[in-house]
Amino acid sequence: MNVEKPPTLGRKIARGFNRFGGERAAQLVPQARLAGPMPWVIAIMVTLVVIAAAGGLAMRNVAESARTELAAGATVQVLEALPQERERQARIVEEMLQASPAVASTRRVPDEELDALLEPWLGVGTASQAVPVPALIDVRLRSDATQDTLDELQAMLVQRAPDARIDAQASWLGPVFGALSSMQYLALALVVLLAMTSAAAVWLAARSALGSNRGTIEVVHMLGGTDAQIARIFERSIGFDATLGGAVGLAMGLAAILFLGRQFAALGSGMMAAGGLGWTDWVMIAAIPLIAVALAMLTARITVIAALRRML
Amino acid sequence: MNAPDNEVVAFDNVGLRYGPDREVLSNISFTLFPGSFYFLTGASGAGKTSLLKLLYLAQRPSRGAIRMFGTDVITLARKKLPAYRRRIGVVFQDFRLIPHLSAFDNVALPLRVSGVREEDLRKPVADMLDWVGLSHRIDDRPATLSGGEQQRVAIARAVIGRPDMLVADEPTGNVDPEMALKLLRLFEALNRLGTTVVVATHDVHLLKKVPESLIMRLDKGKLSDPTGALRYPPRPAVKRDRLS
Ligand SMILES: Nc1ncnc2c1ncn2[C@@H]1O[C@H](COP(=O)(O)OP(=O)(O)O)[C@@H](O)[C@H]1O
Ligand SMILES: [Mg+2]
Repeated sequence: MNVEKPPTLGRKIARGFNRFGGERAAQLVPQARLAGPMPWVIAIMVTLVVIAAAGGLAMRNVAESARTELAAGATVQVLEALPQERERQARIVEEMLQASPAVASTRRVPDEELDALLEPWLGVGTASQAVPVPALIDVRLRSDATQDTLDELQAMLVQRAPDARIDAQASWLGPVFGALSSMQYLALALVVLLAMTSAAAVWLAARSALGSNRGTIEVVHMLGGTDAQIARIFERSIGFDATLGGAVGLAMGLAAILFLGRQFAALGSGMMAAGGLGWTDWVMIAAIPLIAVALAMLTARITVIAALRRML
Repeated sequence: MNAPDNEVVAFDNVGLRYGPDREVLSNISFTLFPGSFYFLTGASGAGKTSLLKLLYLAQRPSRGAIRMFGTDVITLARKKLPAYRRRIGVVFQDFRLIPHLSAFDNVALPLRVSGVREEDLRKPVADMLDWVGLSHRIDDRPATLSGGEQQRVAIARAVIGRPDMLVADEPTGNVDPEMALKLLRLFEALNRLGTTVVVATHDVHLLKKVPESLIMRLDKGKLSDPTGALRYPPRPAVKRDRLS
């Protein structure tokens, strides 16, 4: 050991403005990657948020399309036992409705359709002969079916078709809409709760990472590392874990959505078909892991800076 | 306080207490001069580590004034402290090497923190490890090194940035007398280049090994100045020439 001629101390090494980041900084915090709990916690949270959000968005779409379809819809029933009289009144109703400025279009529901609807209960070919079935006319209004419009139309119809009764289609489905909208709120609440849990999990992970790397933080601090430099090291490390977890979570969530989507599609129900997700919905779902990463990094930053503030 | 250019650190009536207990350090006043070599002695528990913590800006005093490199560091904004810490090299009593980094990366850390480019630091760090006789352990982690080897890595890390002041807390505590002497020579070499050196030790035999050293003695938190050198330092002309 030659102590007389220190080779590098002879001149000062030029200090630059090289940002202390990248791999050099990242190696200060040992990474467990997928072997550690952090990416998996985030993966599970992202999966659940993705499923809840997709469910909520699909329900909103169902409700929306049903609502726009039904809001302007009304149904007139002609409740008359005698077929000829029923037929006469039905025709009058159609004429009157078509003449009304409030009505966009009408459609007489053909008897065969009604038969088909009743068949499971009453048996083949018996329906319209054996049991008096009302004539049904679908009405599409120019604006939403308010009670006032309906009252006016009802008053007009009974003048010439005393057995006609008009109802808003939406009113039949009121309870369904109620259920759908509570489920949307439920989904929203789930998303919020899961997001809060994720933030708490990330906060705990950041704190424990901080605790187990306390020595490193103190040393870098003592060597003249700034708060921003030290925070960036942890931000980067947790951001990496969160990205890994977010990607896995998104993949698992999408797999679950596609599986459920296929199951619902197999039901062949028109209502569920309307529950497909549009591209804006997919963008929102894709944003979930990105938000998780941003949240994780922000939490890490706040936690580290708060701990550093307690040091001189 | 106006700072004369022949001082590195000035303590004025500094006191330190941890919590509500009695003061661990009281009425500490001294000046450290550029390019001087100081031993801080005193029994275990006398407050040496506490005084060094004030010196390397890890702790604020409970009272008194501290000026470093001409700046009042007590009232200095917290965010300005890192720039001062980068001018101070520290050898911690327990080394504080980062366990998952190689000897090379541990020594390179202060340079990386202060923004030195990779291509500019590779050779100096390798040379420094060579200089402390560890070129064959350059990629090894601290846990695989002996106590003496870890100490030398810690010292290499403290001096690599050629600090204006070097603060070492019992740097020879874990090594045999022969290695202790070698490490002292290392500090002297750095000192000859103009760095102010402060070495805390409870080993009085060490003091004799550096003839030009100045002694600060701590006893139960009180500083005494047996040679008077803290107030009226010798000014070796040779050293001042080397400084400029
Ligand atoms: N962080 C701390 N909190 C409370 N008391 C402390 C702390 N550090 C040191 N002390 C006390 O201060 C006194 C001086 O300790 P220290 O500065 O470590 O002395 P030395 O380095 O000379 O052995 C001791 O009584 C010790 O118990
Ligand atoms: Mg001590």
